[in-house]
Amino acid sequence: MAGSALPVRARVSVSGICTAGVGAAGCVAGVAALGGEAWSASLPDLLPLAGAHLAVDPLSGLFMAVAGAVTAAVAVYGIGYVNGNGGHGSHGPASRTTQAVLPLFALSLLLVPAAASVSAFLVLWELMALSSLLLVLAEHRESPRVRTAGLWYAVMTHLGLVLLLAGLALFAAHSGGETFADLRAGAGGTSPAVRDTVFVLTAAAFASKAGAVPLHAWLPRAHPEAPSPVSALMSGVMVNLGAYGIVRTAFDLLGGGPSWWWIGLVTVGGLSAVYGVLQAAMASDLKRLLAYSTAENMGLVLIGTGAAGLFARAGDGPLAALALVAALLHVVNHSAFKALLFCAAGSVPRATGVRDLDRLGGLRARMPFTTGLFALGALGAVALPPGNGFIGEWLLLQSLVHGLRLPGASVAIALPLAVGLIALSAGIAAAAFVKALGVGFFSRPRGEGATGARESGPAMIAGTVLLGAGCVALALVPGLLGPGLDRAVIAAGLPGTDAVTGGRAALRLDALSASLSPVWLVAALTAALALAAALPRLYGGRRRRPNAKLWDCGGGAPTPRMAYTATSFAEPLQRVFDDVLAPERDVDVTHARESTYLVERIRFRNQVPDRIEHRAYLPVLARLARAGRASRRLATGSVHLHLGYGLLGLLALFLVLAVGS
Amino acid sequence: MSAYGYAATASQLVLVVAGAPLLTGLMRQVRARMEGRAGAGLLQPWRDARKLLRKEPITPVGTGPAFHIAPALVVATALVVAALVPLLSTDTPLAGRGDLIVVVALLALGTVALALAGLDTGTAFGGMGPSREMTVAALVEPTLLMAVLALSVPAGTTDLAAIVEGAVHDPARLASPASLLAASPLTAAALTLLAYAVARPLVALDPGPAVQALPVGLAVVLVGFFVLATRRRALSQVVGFLLLDNGITATAFLATSGVPLIVELGVSFDVLLAALVLQVLTARMRAAFGTTDLDDLRELHD
Repeated sequence: MAGSALPVRARVSVSGICTAGVGAAGCVAGVAALGGEAWSASLPDLLPLAGAHLAVDPLSGLFMAVAGAVTAAVAVYGIGYVNGNGGHGSHGPASRTTQAVLPLFALSLLLVPAAASVSAFLVLWELMALSSLLLVLAEHRESPRVRTAGLWYAVMTHLGLVLLLAGLALFAAHSGGETFADLRAGAGGTSPAVRDTVFVLTAAAFASKAGAVPLHAWLPRAHPEAPSPVSALMSGVMVNLGAYGIVRTAFDLLGGGPSWWWIGLVTVGGLSAVYGVLQAAMASDLKRLLAYSTAENMGLVLIGTGAAGLFARAGDGPLAALALVAALLHVVNHSAFKALLFCAAGSVPRATGVRDLDRLGGLRARMPFTTGLFALGALGAVALPPGNGFIGEWLLLQSLVHGLRLPGASVAIALPLAVGLIALSAGIAAAAFVKALGVGFFSRPRGEGATGARESGPAMIAGTVLLGAGCVALALVPGLLGPGLDRAVIAAGLPGTDAVTGGRAALRLDALSASLSPVWLVAALTAALALAAALPRLYGGRRRRPNAKLWDCGGGAPTPRMAYTATSFAEPLQRVFDDVLAPERDVDVTHARESTYLVERIRFRNQVPDRIEHRAYLPVLARLARAGRASRRLATGSVHLHLGYGLLGLLALFLVLAVGS
Repeated sequence: MSAYGYAATASQLVLVVAGAPLLTGLMRQVRARMEGRAGAGLLQPWRDARKLLRKEPITPVGTGPAFHIAPALVVATALVVAALVPLLSTDTPLAGRGDLIVVVALLALGTVALALAGLDTGTAFGGMGPSREMTVAALVEPTLLMAVLALSVPAGTTDLAAIVEGAVHDPARLASPASLLAASPLTAAALTLLAYAVARPLVALDPGPAVQALPVGLAVVLVGFFVLATRRRALSQVVGFLLLDNGITATAFLATSGVPLIVELGVSFDVLLAALVLQVLTARMRAAFGTTDLDDLRELHD
């Protein structure tokens, strides 16, 4: 706050250093909690009536550690992003409001998992929503799309808050206390109907925050339009808290539930995974692609969470613990690679002024560090070895494959379908990220912005490198997280079984006789690569590699306009999933005036709208607008009439209360 | 883990490196013979490789590291897979380093590397290939992982050595409903490909629109036969028979330039009648045995 009076550059540095400090402190606290040091604090005077209760157990610690580490790295990146010389920046991110709100947002991200009472949780949740809303709106003067995105986000997050408020208030009312300890103790005594209602309300609110289909409409709008450091924080950290909320309420506070809860979660997760990644493969806006990929990865986390509940219900504790470990590990991995991707991708519009993949390309030579870091993040996102995303998906598939031995028709139907959906989403994710990397960063520049790109400054590179180092560590030695994840799963109320062991070099599931050794895999691939590169040299002798003209298929020198664009790259996939995506194609032929046989101009437009948004949201919005216009007759402009409405409303409420009691 | 294990891994690598070109040669040879050509012989891919390795490597202007590394990376993933899969022995020093899921993922990694190399050139054809390759890869991945699921569920693990050992000791275990579920579509796809390959010379004779569709008719015949041979329920048998019948009729119509209306009507009537008779027989069988499982017909044997 004090920094508001400082000049712009100093203000940004102070705010960035504050944010990084908050993140680092949160990371240390989270790691300590993950190591088994629980602590709690009670501040009775901070909030009226109930006071604020904070407590950190290993489950909170995991989310705090992830949030803190990502926040610290992104804050370093953010200083360079806002202060960087030249480029296509705008005033928005450097404004006083934005810079003052940024540390607040970071703090709320860290404190939400630490809340230990309903009121504290709701206050922090709302603080997180409002501060992120202000940050999304940072560039509202530059583009009307930012304002639309802000409106969508504000409405959706507050609808989520209403659901959350209703669900948690109902839960607190029936369990006789509002601290999480009271809820935990009272959950057993509440009726099944109340438990079901609480689960549905809170799960819907949390799933919306996690960007799960069909409550995702805000995510592909708000995440791309925010300044890139904010996008990284929202996509890398804030969506995690949706997953945290579901694990905390459904497992810890409610203590598990009937099968249909979990089947529902698996269904929503599978839908989000496939629909999200399909939209990502179609998107030609780089940041929109990443935002949809967030919906996909959160879908995978929901599948893991749902499977864990299903296994716990069927009585197989160790397998349930494994599925939840897989989900939590994927949360960690996703945070690392998605924040990395958003930071690397965020440097692109900063350097070129363009986010459209169709007009990018050729950044490999102009921004080598950024391209390399984006490639590292993409390797994680496509869930292929030796990337870090593969580890989480491998664990998830292991738990699902072994879950099939459990009895029950629902398990036998849900799990193979889930495996199929995970595989499909992994396949399409590969296509989406090959498109982003190959068309956007490799190839040749297809626009002026891309031609004039310059590598970003040292602070931006440093922040991104920190995230990249995190990704590499997670990819090579995931076993180090094993004990911490085990404690987190115990804190969620499942029997911890040391499901993942094996120390540094390997990941071993003793109960399932499965093992994976990422370090060995990297070493083997490197050795084989060296062998494959060396053998032809031995055979053919060492020769220089002269430059040669690019083969033009006999059609004359290829120009950048001939290069494949992102839209044409995605066209075969769009054709395969035509029925799901329902793209809008428009061919407009203008004939010459002399003869209809001669064509003067052909205009082709191809757009892939978000079909769920079109089918589910727009009709509701249209109806609301109609109702609003109709109710305009009630407001004549007379102040007395409006006051009279107030009085009537109050009287009606009292009447209902009097009759009801 | 013994000297024997190390030797087995080394021979696996040699076998795959030496054998892969031979497999390509075999496929080309079979296709050439089916098309009535003499073919270049089994060893032609080896000769091609020798020729290409002697050529001078060049760097096309405008390509980057992805273009140079991708071919070596594809070979590297294949080598690692060859070392991981227990082809000769299940007791290798690499047992437990990676499982079936890792193998599938490594193969996909090679595809991704090749696609990136294509896009790196920035030409129209360099983009077209990767676009199609990634579309196919996206759809192949679920099929492959369903096959992984089908192999792993009966074995209770995704570990390759354990699956292979289990299969050696108890081959029937792999024929679970889950593995058939995964195997049937794959077999049907293979049969369709076979139909296209077989019909190529015929199509080449007269590339008209009707003859172009000839492979479809053949594919229906083959899939119908496959259903007849593998399904147990009488109703599935009826469906298989109808498929076969439809396929034969379609092939006949497509290969000739149509038949008189009266024959057409007769054939349709014949199919209707056959369906009715088969349905009646199935119902009788259910009444007599309480099931429509064909295996129960063995009781008629004695």
